[in-house]
Amino acid sequence: MPQLICDRLTLGYEGRIVSTGVSFEVDAGDYVCILGENGSGKSTLIKAILNLKVPMAGKVILGEGLSRAGIGYLPQQTAAQRDFPASVWEIVISGSLNRIGRRPFFSHAQRKQAQENMRRLQVDSLARRCFAELSGGQQHRVLLARALGATDRMLVLDEPASGLDPQITDEMYSLIKDLNRSGLSIIMVSHDTQAALRDASHILHLGNTSLFWGTARDYERSDIGRAYLSRKGMEA
Amino acid sequence: MNGIFGTLSHYFTFPFVRYALIVGVLVALCASLLGVVLVLKRYSHIGDGLAHVAFGAMGVATALRLTNQTVLVLPLTMASAVVLLWNGQHTKIKGDAAIAMMSVSAMAIGYLLINLSPASSNISGDVCTTLFGSTSILTLTPTKVWLSVGLSLLVVAVFVLFYNRIFAITFDESFAAATGLNTRFYNMLVAMIVATVVVLAMDLVGSLLTSALIIFPALSIMRVLRSFKAVVVASVVLSVFCAALGITLSILLGTPVGATIVVVYIASFILFSLGGLALGRRRA
Repeated sequence: MPQLICDRLTLGYEGRIVSTGVSFEVDAGDYVCILGENGSGKSTLIKAILNLKVPMAGKVILGEGLSRAGIGYLPQQTAAQRDFPASVWEIVISGSLNRIGRRPFFSHAQRKQAQENMRRLQVDSLARRCFAELSGGQQHRVLLARALGATDRMLVLDEPASGLDPQITDEMYSLIKDLNRSGLSIIMVSHDTQAALRDASHILHLGNTSLFWGTARDYERSDIGRAYLSRKGMEA
Repeated sequence: MNGIFGTLSHYFTFPFVRYALIVGVLVALCASLLGVVLVLKRYSHIGDGLAHVAFGAMGVATALRLTNQTVLVLPLTMASAVVLLWNGQHTKIKGDAAIAMMSVSAMAIGYLLINLSPASSNISGDVCTTLFGSTSILTLTPTKVWLSVGLSLLVVAVFVLFYNRIFAITFDESFAAATGLNTRFYNMLVAMIVATVVVLAMDLVGSLLTSALIIFPALSIMRVLRSFKAVVVASVVLSVFCAALGITLSILLGTPVGATIVVVYIASFILFSLGGLALGRRRA
């Protein structure tokens, strides 16, 4: 059974439908990239997967030992966090909150794991620094370390490279690819088609309907894929 | 110097002065705990709105001739906190407008009821006390003191037990919800604690000044410290110090208690802002 099944979802906001018939399945270890124009429902789909928003129709089904509390999430950054007094350590450890059950405090094992996640993303030296004072790239790494605390199965990322300079963006993508190789399934919204085709195993292209769902190689050969790529100035 | 200490130790032989100090310090402690969360969640005005609701509820309690007004004021204020947060989810009327509406309605109805059914001949004195606290802190009954102590301990216990969850919903509510935290429940919990603190703070500084107890310590400390735990702990320490100083000064100078405390808070904010500038921290 797949980890996640989206069954004929209708996506929209404020009562307006933007995508219908969105169906796809994610198996363990897949790397799914969600492409599409602005307003095609990419972020709404992410919210439906994370149960932050109920889809207008259709179902999101979790399978294979995956629970709501087992999905890690890297949100688009909000301005509200910019002046928040929190240390890197406080933010990373807060990712493990879904593991503590009914207990009020974090266990020794969870603290160790949070430290391990910080090492993995090379932010362990920043542990005592204030999050708001870090560079954009460092902040992304910290939030990714927090997301790892919440899961060892699936990561959902909403435009992880937005607002980063090209070099940091590349580092971010290779980090995500490494995490995928280590066994995490990835579902990612992206504007970066080149990186998507290079790293992803599957592409979901959203428009008024679910325009394409399949492997990245098939997407490059499809009409919709070719049209989208040429508009983005990258002839396949 | 001896004169001041002499005067003070003379004053502290009176139980009502000791009561005022105990309750004042506890209320300041609870308010500052909550303040960090409210300021960071951009909810500062909710404390103010609820304080106005508490004034209205006080009017109802006065009209009903209740001896222990808290039994009515606390549930009514809590209910309003729930309604305000619930309203925030469905945005027919925008959150800030709903709070403004509720505040003025409660003030008007409260004042009307106090006038229609006056408990004493000195209506404006009663109203002034409810709005600015002046004498109510010095007329606490032992029952009220124990109630305040109990509620304060409860607030602190809830805050400590749910500290990690409160941090999570304050820093990033959508991440917390996405990873399975019942954010609606914890928002409600925070609203309940705010309502409790507001009702407790009414006696100390009155409903118009309650918000100062909540927001000033957090705002002052955030000028110089940059981690959540440090801000929480330091806000509590600062708040307790300012409240104790304010109460003592008001006794020595014969000034209104609530207003004196708030002025001490303002002074601390100015000091910490200057300290922040000296440290060269970035301003929010």
